Amino acid sequence: MEKFSYVNATSLEQVTTLLDDSRWGEVMLIAGGTDLLGELKEYIETPKTLVNLKTLPGMDGIKVDDAAGLTIGALTTITDIAKHPAIRHHYAVLAEAAGSIATPQIRNVGTLGGNLCQRPRCWYYRDEATSCLKKGGDICFAVDGLSKYHAILGGDPVYIVHPSDLAPALIALGASVKIVGPEGEKTMSLEDFFTLPAANPFRENVLQPNEIVVEVQVPPAKPNTKSFYLKAREKGAPDFALASVAAVFEMNEKTCVSASIVLGGVAPAPWRSKEAEATLTGKMIDDTVSKQAGADAVKDAQPLNDNAYKVTLTQNLVSRAAMMATS
Amino acid sequence: MASWGEASESRLIGKRIPRLSGKDKVTGKAKYTFDINRPGMLYGRILRSEVARANVVGLDLNDAEAMPGVRAVLPLIEVGRQIRYQGQEIAAVAAETDDIAKDAIRRIRVDLEELPHVVTEEDAMRENAPQIRDDWAGNQSEPNVREEGDINAGFEQAAVEVEATYHTPVQTHVCLETHGHVAEWENDENLIVWASTQGVFGVRNDLAGRFNLPANQVRVITEHMGGGFGSKFGPGVEGRTAVELARLTGRPVKLMLTRKAEHLVAGNRPSMTQHVRAAATSDGRIIAYDMKGYGTGGISSGAGFQAPYVYHVPNRRAERRNVAVNVGNQRAMRAPGHPQGAFAMDSLMDELAEKLGMNPLEFRRINDPSEIRQAQYTLGAQEIGWHRRNSVPGSGTGVKKRGMGVGSGQWGGGGGGGTQARVTINSDGTVEAVTGTQDIGTGIRTAIAIIVAEELGLNPTDIMVKVGDSGPGLPSGGSGGSQTTASVAPVIKTAAAAAKQKLFQRVAPQLQAPVEDLRVGNRTIYVVSDRTKTIKWELATGQLGMESISEGGEWDRELRQGGVAGTQFAEVEVDTETGAISVIKIVAVQDCGLAINRLTTESQINGGVIMGLGQALLEERFMDAVTGRMLNANLEDYKVPGTFEIPEIKSIVFDTHRKVTGVGEPPCIPTLGAIANAVYNAIGVRIRELPITPDKILTALAEKKA
Ligand code: SF4
Repeated sequence: MEKFSYVNATSLEQVTTLLDDSRWGEVMLIAGGTDLLGELKEYIETPKTLVNLKTLPGMDGIKVDDAAGLTIGALTTITDIAKHPAIRHHYAVLAEAAGSIATPQIRNVGTLGGNLCQRPRCWYYRDEATSCLKKGGDICFAVDGLSKYHAILGGDPVYIVHPSDLAPALIALGASVKIVGPEGEKTMSLEDFFTLPAANPFRENVLQPNEIVVEVQVPPAKPNTKSFYLKAREKGAPDFALASVAAVFEMNEKTCVSASIVLGGVAPAPWRSKEAEATLTGKMIDDTVSKQAGADAVKDAQPLNDNAYKVTLTQNLVSRAAMMATS
Repeated sequence: MASWGEASESRLIGKRIPRLSGKDKVTGKAKYTFDINRPGMLYGRILRSEVARANVVGLDLNDAEAMPGVRAVLPLIEVGRQIRYQGQEIAAVAAETDDIAKDAIRRIRVDLEELPHVVTEEDAMRENAPQIRDDWAGNQSEPNVREEGDINAGFEQAAVEVEATYHTPVQTHVCLETHGHVAEWENDENLIVWASTQGVFGVRNDLAGRFNLPANQVRVITEHMGGGFGSKFGPGVEGRTAVELARLTGRPVKLMLTRKAEHLVAGNRPSMTQHVRAAATSDGRIIAYDMKGYGTGGISSGAGFQAPYVYHVPNRRAERRNVAVNVGNQRAMRAPGHPQGAFAMDSLMDELAEKLGMNPLEFRRINDPSEIRQAQYTLGAQEIGWHRRNSVPGSGTGVKKRGMGVGSGQWGGGGGGGTQARVTINSDGTVEAVTGTQDIGTGIRTAIAIIVAEELGLNPTDIMVKVGDSGPGLPSGGSGGSQTTASVAPVIKTAAAAAKQKLFQRVAPQLQAPVEDLRVGNRTIYVVSDRTKTIKWELATGQLGMESISEGGEWDRELRQGGVAGTQFAEVEVDTETGAISVIKIVAVQDCGLAINRLTTESQINGGVIMGLGQALLEERFMDAVTGRMLNANLEDYKVPGTFEIPEIKSIVFDTHRKVTGVGEPPCIPTLGAIANAVYNAIGVRIRELPITPDKILTALAEKKA
């Protein structure tokens, strides 16, 4: 990695001041570092300054409140999310997603904020010598190259898949994210936080170079809710998703009162499938309905050369999740 | 005639004895080359080409040389030469810290004139492809054709025929310890090198030759080694570079390959593509076999594979070619050519059996000439519960479907002469066994202790075994071809016997008995005809005073034998909605003659099965045709089995004769076919390309449905 200076953060104001006026990649934030260190070592990122967030007080921790719901600080480790009893009980999809990430060592240091803001795993992106569209080059190499792990939805013109497992789960739970910048604090829905490459091929979210994610809030769990995180991968661990489905159902017996279906590993951003949700909502879920929901989730899919299998896979995962809601 | 005696007479040989170095390894006390740090040591790094093919038109080392902390910069390619693959060495640096060395190689300026490359077999064989080897037309070697019998006559007798194409991609070795060395000179005259190698004497001789030193002035040490699998014989460019950097700077230099370089240049198992047409008679005999195939070993040749394999095929023709691509060279990899060939052959066997309406196991019984494997089939089938297998492939109900399959393999492993060893009995009763072999993780250190302890009536932990050091000047060959145990064990056994004989001669007069009547056991020498006449081990050795007993041994051919047979059965479960495959169980029945240590033999079998499983289900090198670079030169996207992938493995050491035979390579062979056939039996769709990944399962199931 290139040399950089290292600053221990003491307050959010100090962090946003350090970030202010910097361009992307000049001043970077580090918490667990499980993604950033890889980028530094591979010379994908060469920041001048790293700001260590671990020294910021009060930005980790999980709060559960009947009225306010769940609040998770950005520095909370993935392990703490996976193991938290209330999350396991009321927000199973989130605990399952957290538990599916990487390895125990990575979960022990990786944080919520880092997981949401992590960069693509695309093998062209991670190769220093390849200058692809996302890195300011002319083409997306995945289009004509090897695209087994790439996007089937929302790709054009950059076909990465968003690697986060926590993001689909949190979006399915209706989470919002609190961001602090030089102008102060703002809260937005996590769904809107992520962007597609058509809007900005270089970044995966709306965060500005001088902003920082500080907290995620999840509304109180509704009664009669069932939720699941299904993740298909080639290896048990550590492996990123070939496709994943975060599903939250409000059920009345076998009838789906409301459904929230968010796909991971198949699009450049966590992909909310409004189509599948519409198919399931208000229906008695059976084999036919669940299959229809699966088919509807991928009806706009446009696979590349090597990833048509993801269409079938995603479809099957959505149907499986729907059937699980009935049992 | 020399022999290992009967099983009933053995106290230690053939028993399950824990590896002597086990505790040191799990506690981190064992020192690998990576762990060696010398006073004043520098760190070496190599700048490698990211371009697959280019002319070197300029090389400027000045900026790197000027960096503070850099002690030497060494060009490794001349201007005017051609880069032929990604990862090829350009220049090396030695610096005070590894970080400085890493930064310094990035300051080296190399001007490359890029040339068109080909990195896939498909591209290489295309018409008008760039010619990347002057000696091969169309980037392909002349075909190697082998023919026996009359294939046309064979096909005429056929009742059924199968025509299919099977493919295995390039696999890399993924040694957990990357290749590397620590080199240190003493007064420009003596060179000492810690090497992660499978052959300390091979490295010694290579370096002595290149640096113009008498062989006895080069000492190579490999105390513990983190995996080689055939890729770690000579010092390689990196080893010679470490030595040269150490010479230039007068300081010790450590140079270990990065994980990326390990994938790019440290060897690989060649790919295989074979198009085969084969036929069987109505009574279940394979009668004709016609195969055209190719593979790539990178820019070099060496992409051979076994075809046909194991089973008797009277009329056959096999045509193989090497295809050149701009990618790093192949090196021997655990049973070179066998796993690929076995996967294709065992798949073909099942396809033929199905056309005949025969149980694939019965079909094998008819065509397998090995009596040992015939018995292994029976044992393995019982162990896996072959009767539970779907008689109609894919007929299981539900989303997750189970299936079973079988595969076979063979190997040599009879060892060879040339090992020298010394067994020494000291006057304090301690015993040393020294030889220049190396323990590359296989457990030869423990095997040597067992043999000596058995012979001298001691315990394995009583024996100080010294291997992995050329210093004592007792050469042994490289550990390859599953030859180590069969090469070393007879020499150790005869050396220990000779030492014992010497000690007996010493004490025979005191015991008033002829030497032939003496025996040793339980740290006591006694007279077999009169057990009241004894002398304690320490009392006997105490009489040696300054003259310890030190004896060499002979490679007695009667103590070893080549040729092993193996078979494996797999049970798998396939999730037909996600394409996920989990292997439930592997039964590996493996013959290896006399297993000196049953425990480490089982470990060898387990390791082979895991490696075979990786090749069957996970491992594949991805080359990008446009950039010419490997896309998964890491352990994220180059996937090897982890704990979640490893099934229940039932390793059965199948006893045959009581002569020593190697078993390092054979257990990785039958796994591929067994798993591939089990997947077919589970889902009723055949995947003819490895690795069998979820994308292939889902695509094949969708095609079947359509
Ligand atoms: S998917 Fe994105 S990161 Fe990958 S090659 Fe295309 S543009 Fe680059």
